[in-house]
Amino acid sequence: MSLLEIRELDAWYGRAQILFGVSLAVEAGEAAVLIGRNGAGKSTLMKCIVGLEAERRGTIHFDGADLIAESTHRIARRGMGYVPEDRRIFMDLTVAENLAVGRLPSNGGAAWTPEAAFELFPPLAAMRDRKGGQMSGGEQQMLTIARALMGNPRFLLLDEPSEGLAPVIVEVIAGAIAKLKARGVGLLLSEQNLHFARAVADRAFVLDRGHIRFAGTLAELDADAALKEQYLAI
Amino acid sequence: MIASFLIQTLNGLASASLLFLVALGLTLIFGVTRVVNFAHGSFFMLGAYLAVSFHGFVGGGVLGFWGGALFAALAVGVVGAVAELTILRRIYRAPELLQLITTFGIVLLLKDVVLYTWGPEDILGPRAPGLTGAVWIFGKPFPQYDLLLLVLGPLIGLSVWLLLTRTDWGTRVRAATEDRDMAAALGINQALMFTGVFALGALLAGLAGALALPREPANHNMDLTIIADVFVVTVVGGLGSLPGAYVAAVIISVVKAWCIGIGDVRLFGMAFSFSKLTLVAEFIVMAIVLIIRPWGLFGTPQSPQRVSAASILPMPVPDVKRLWPLALVALALLMLPLLADRFTVVLATDIIIFALFAASLGLIMGLGGMASFGHAAYFGAGAYAAAVAFKAGAPFFVAVPAGVAFAGALAMLFGWFCVRLSGVSLAMLTLAFAQITWAIAFQWDSVTGGSNGLVGIWPPDLLSGKTAYYFATLLLAGAAILIIWRSAHAPLGYLMRAARDSRIRAEAVGVDVRIIQWRAIILAGAAAGLAGALYVFSKGSLSPDSLSIPRSVDALAMVLIGGVQTLVGPVVGAAVFMLLQDWIVRATPYWHAVLGITLILITIIFPQGIVGTLRQWRQRREGGP
Repeated sequence: MSLLEIRELDAWYGRAQILFGVSLAVEAGEAAVLIGRNGAGKSTLMKCIVGLEAERRGTIHFDGADLIAESTHRIARRGMGYVPEDRRIFMDLTVAENLAVGRLPSNGGAAWTPEAAFELFPPLAAMRDRKGGQMSGGEQQMLTIARALMGNPRFLLLDEPSEGLAPVIVEVIAGAIAKLKARGVGLLLSEQNLHFARAVADRAFVLDRGHIRFAGTLAELDADAALKEQYLAI
Repeated sequence: MIASFLIQTLNGLASASLLFLVALGLTLIFGVTRVVNFAHGSFFMLGAYLAVSFHGFVGGGVLGFWGGALFAALAVGVVGAVAELTILRRIYRAPELLQLITTFGIVLLLKDVVLYTWGPEDILGPRAPGLTGAVWIFGKPFPQYDLLLLVLGPLIGLSVWLLLTRTDWGTRVRAATEDRDMAAALGINQALMFTGVFALGALLAGLAGALALPREPANHNMDLTIIADVFVVTVVGGLGSLPGAYVAAVIISVVKAWCIGIGDVRLFGMAFSFSKLTLVAEFIVMAIVLIIRPWGLFGTPQSPQRVSAASILPMPVPDVKRLWPLALVALALLMLPLLADRFTVVLATDIIIFALFAASLGLIMGLGGMASFGHAAYFGAGAYAAAVAFKAGAPFFVAVPAGVAFAGALAMLFGWFCVRLSGVSLAMLTLAFAQITWAIAFQWDSVTGGSNGLVGIWPPDLLSGKTAYYFATLLLAGAAILIIWRSAHAPLGYLMRAARDSRIRAEAVGVDVRIIQWRAIILAGAAAGLAGALYVFSKGSLSPDSLSIPRSVDALAMVLIGGVQTLVGPVVGAAVFMLLQDWIVRATPYWHAVLGITLILITIIFPQGIVGTLRQWRQRREGGP
C-alpha cells in the first residue's frame, strides 16, 4: 500500500459540496502535484487530509491508519506536515519560537533541528530573533516549511509553495523539496505553475471542480494538449 | 492636599491590582478560546468565599490567610477546569452571543451555589497577619496590606508574562492565540491547552477574590460588580492585551480613588459630591477612550465580524394565510379577562409587558446581530422617568410618553458608542453601560429613592382596575410589538439584516451601517422604555432591580428561549419564561440555578430556540435541506 492513499473522498463546506469521489495515491520518496484552476478544490483537499474546516467522507489511508475521523493534532503527530497556502506564520512569534511550536518527537529516524532547517534555508539562520510579522513573503514561505519539518513529517502537504515568490526563493524551495524526496519523505503539492511542477514532481493529478480528471506522469500530461486546454487554460 | 492626593493614588493602585488579576485571567482565556467568560466574576467571588471557609477551618495565622489564598486559587482553578471540560468545550464553535449566554448560565448557577453553601449574609474575611497596621506616608496613614497588594498585582502579572514568553508551553499558548487551527496542524492538542488556560485564568480570579478579603467582606454582589469593572477595563485596555489590562485597571481605579478623595466640593455655587460620581467618572473615561480609540488603548482594530451564512436561516416573508394563528391569539387575549381570575389577568399583563421588552431586544439582536447585555437599562430608564415624572405631578398619559422619550434619549447616547463596536466588545460595553445606569439609580437617593426605590405610582381611576389596565397594556404594548414586527419587513429591517450578514458589502452599496444600527437601538430603547413605564404603573412601585444585569439577562433568556432569528420567538419566549418563573419560584428558592442550567442547556442543545427549532422541523418535513 502507498504511504498516502485517498479513496472516494467527498467534502463539504456547509451545504456546498467541494470534492466529489477524489482518489489518489502517493508513495514514500515521491512528489506528486495537484494541478487545477482557482476554486478547483486543491486547498480543500489538503485541509481534508489534515482534518481542518471542511466536513469529509471517504477514506484517507496514511501509514496504516485512516485519518478520516482523526483530530487535526493527532494527524500531525502521525507525521503529516502541512504548509498552508497563506503560510500562517505566527506573526508575534520569532523565527526560533515559530520553529519551537512545530517541534514534535521523531517517530524513528534522525530528528530535525533548527540548525538542520537553517542548512536547508540558509537565509533564515541570520534572523532567529526576528518576528514572523517582520519577514518578507519568501522568508515566511521558507519558515513555514522549516516549521513543518520540525515535526519530523513522513509526508508533507505544500499548498502553492511557489506562489508570488521571487525566482531565487523558488529555486531554494525546489532544492529543499528534492532533498526531502531523497530522505524518503512523500510530498503532495498544489500548483498553478506548471514550470515549477515539472521541476520538482514525479506525477500529476488534475483537479477540476472537485473531480480528478487526470492521473499520470508530467510527460503524459504535457502530451495531452486537449486535456490541458480543457482544464488548465485560463 | 498633595499628600491626600498621593494616598488616593496609592489606594487606586492597590484596587487596580485586584482588578488586573481578574482582567488578566479573562484576557488569557479570551486569547486562546475566543470566549469572553462572563463567569469570571463568579470565580472571583468563589475564591473569596473559599478563602473564608479555609480560614474558618484552619484558623488564623499565616497558614490561615496565605494558605487560604493558595487553597482558594487552586480550588477555583479546578472549578474552572471542570467548567471547561463539561460546558465550555461544547460551545467553542458556537456564535459569540451564545457563548456569552452560556457563561452567564454559569454565573447564575454559581450564584445559587454560593447562596446555598454560605447563606445570604455578608461574611467578614480574615486579615493578613502582620500586615494589619498602617505605614505613614507624608503624615497620612496607608494600610500595609494595600502596599503589598499594590506590588503583588504587577508581580503576578510579570510572572504570567514570563510564563508566556519564556516557556515552551507559553510559546504554544501564544501560537494558539494567534491561529489555533494552524497550531493544531502542528500537532498541538488544543483541548488540553484550552483546559489548562481556562484553569489558569480561573485560578487568577480565585486568587484575586481571596486577596480582596481584607478590603471587603465576601458578599453576593461581588460577581457582577467586578465583572462589570473588568469589562470596562478590557474595553478600555483593548481585548487580549496584557499591558492594556494593567494600564486600564490603573486608570479606572485611580480615577475612582481620586473622585472619592475629592469628596464634596462647591462649584459655581452648587454642591457636588465627587465620591458619588465614581461611576460617572468611569463612564467618562471609557467614553473618551472609545471616541479616540474604539478598539481600546492597547488593542488592535477588529476586522469586521463575519456571520457564517449557514447559521442564519432566511427570514420568510409574511404570508397573510399563515397569520391566522396570530389572529386567534389576539382574540384569545381579548377574551382572557372574561374567563380568567384576577391573578391570571395580572400575570398576563406582566407577560405582555415582558413580551414587548423581549421583542425590542430581539429587534437589535436578531435582525441587527448586536448582542446587548444591558437592555434593562432602557427598561429601567423608562420606568424611572415615568415614575419621577408622575411624582412631579405629571398624569399617567404624560408620564408614560416621558418614560418612552427618556429611554429613547438614553439609547441615543449609549447607542452612539455601541455602533462603534461589534461582537464581544459590544456585549461588554452594553453591560458596563447598564451597570453604570443601575449604580446611578442606586446612589441618587434624592431623585430615584436609592435602594428603596419609589412607591405609590398608580394609573388614573379610569385604568385602576386590573382588567382595565390589562387592556391598556394590551393596546399600547401590542401596538409597539406590531411596529417592531412591521419594521423587520420595512427598509430599516432589510438594511439591518444586510449590515448584519456582511457589513462590508452593505457599506459598499451605500448603506450607512452605523446610522441604521443607531436608529434600531433608539427604536428598541424607546420600546423597552414603554415596557418599563407600563411595568411601573402596573406594580405601583419601582426599585433598582428593574435595571440590574439579571433583568437584562432575563430579556436575553426570553429571546433565546423563543429563538433569536424569528420575530415571534422573543414574544413566545417571554410567555414561556414568565410562566416557568412563576411556577419555579413557588417550588424552590433557587430560581437562578434553574434558569442558569436552562440557559446552558438551551445554548448547547437548542441554539435556535423554540420557534427556530419548530421552523427547522417544518422546513425539513417540507423537503428543504
